[in-house]
Amino acid sequence: MTAVFFVAAVITLITTALAITRANPVHGLLNFVLSLLSMAVIFFTLGAPFAAALEVMVYAGAVVVLFLFVVMMLSLDTRAARREREWMVKTVWVLPIVLVAVLGGVLARVMFFSPGDDSAPTVITPQEVGAHLFSGGIGAVELASMLLLAGLIGAFHMGRK
Amino acid sequence: MISWQMPAGLAIALFLMGLLGLLARRSLVFVLMSIEIMLNAAGLLFIAAGMRWHTADGQIMFIFVLNLAGAELALGLIFLLRLRARLTTLDGDAANLLRDA
Repeated sequence: MTAVFFVAAVITLITTALAITRANPVHGLLNFVLSLLSMAVIFFTLGAPFAAALEVMVYAGAVVVLFLFVVMMLSLDTRAARREREWMVKTVWVLPIVLVAVLGGVLARVMFFSPGDDSAPTVITPQEVGAHLFSGGIGAVELASMLLLAGLIGAFHMGRK
Repeated sequence: MISWQMPAGLAIALFLMGLLGLLARRSLVFVLMSIEIMLNAAGLLFIAAGMRWHTADGQIMFIFVLNLAGAELALGLIFLLRLRARLTTLDGDAANLLRDA
């Protein structure tokens, strides 16, 4: 399981790095799909099969298809890709990399220099997740439904001509 | 044997990559993708926490993060289409008509 985790983690990191550096949006999206699928493998190795299934269905399925529809509607051509490449000069990355490195150093320090235990991951089944979700967190479910309704109405309103 | 630090470290790395993309890219398609990467990293951290404390709450929070990502993405993509129709560009810096001229 550990070997599978490490392979999937390396694939996730590489494909995510490729996804945010491509000039062509479709190439970026295809790398993003790979990163999401390997993330689903990681969830599986962490003992969360339900989250892995949701990752494949919702992220790699619905979210990426939505992205692809919009990219198709934008009808990007080679001219757009060339302009994109002009925006991506090397100097653009310098300041963000410095800021992100500082933030990452602080986060890693907090995370890895605190005590923890190393017990084996136990598999948490979908049944347990469902029982917890609909017994303890029913108010949060209602709030999530309100959020989705607000998103639906907002998208409908903004999408009208 | 996977200790909880490994997925947590991966979540940090992914979050920082998303933040890097958000700061460095100008095309709004990639900005939205970077936001999705960051939300995904937050979900991974919740799953890792659920593994660390052997509870289903991590996966429940992951479902809510998924909800939030879906609602945010729908609105974000609609705004992207509207901006493209209005300014004929995907450059986030072009949307500055609200500023005091």
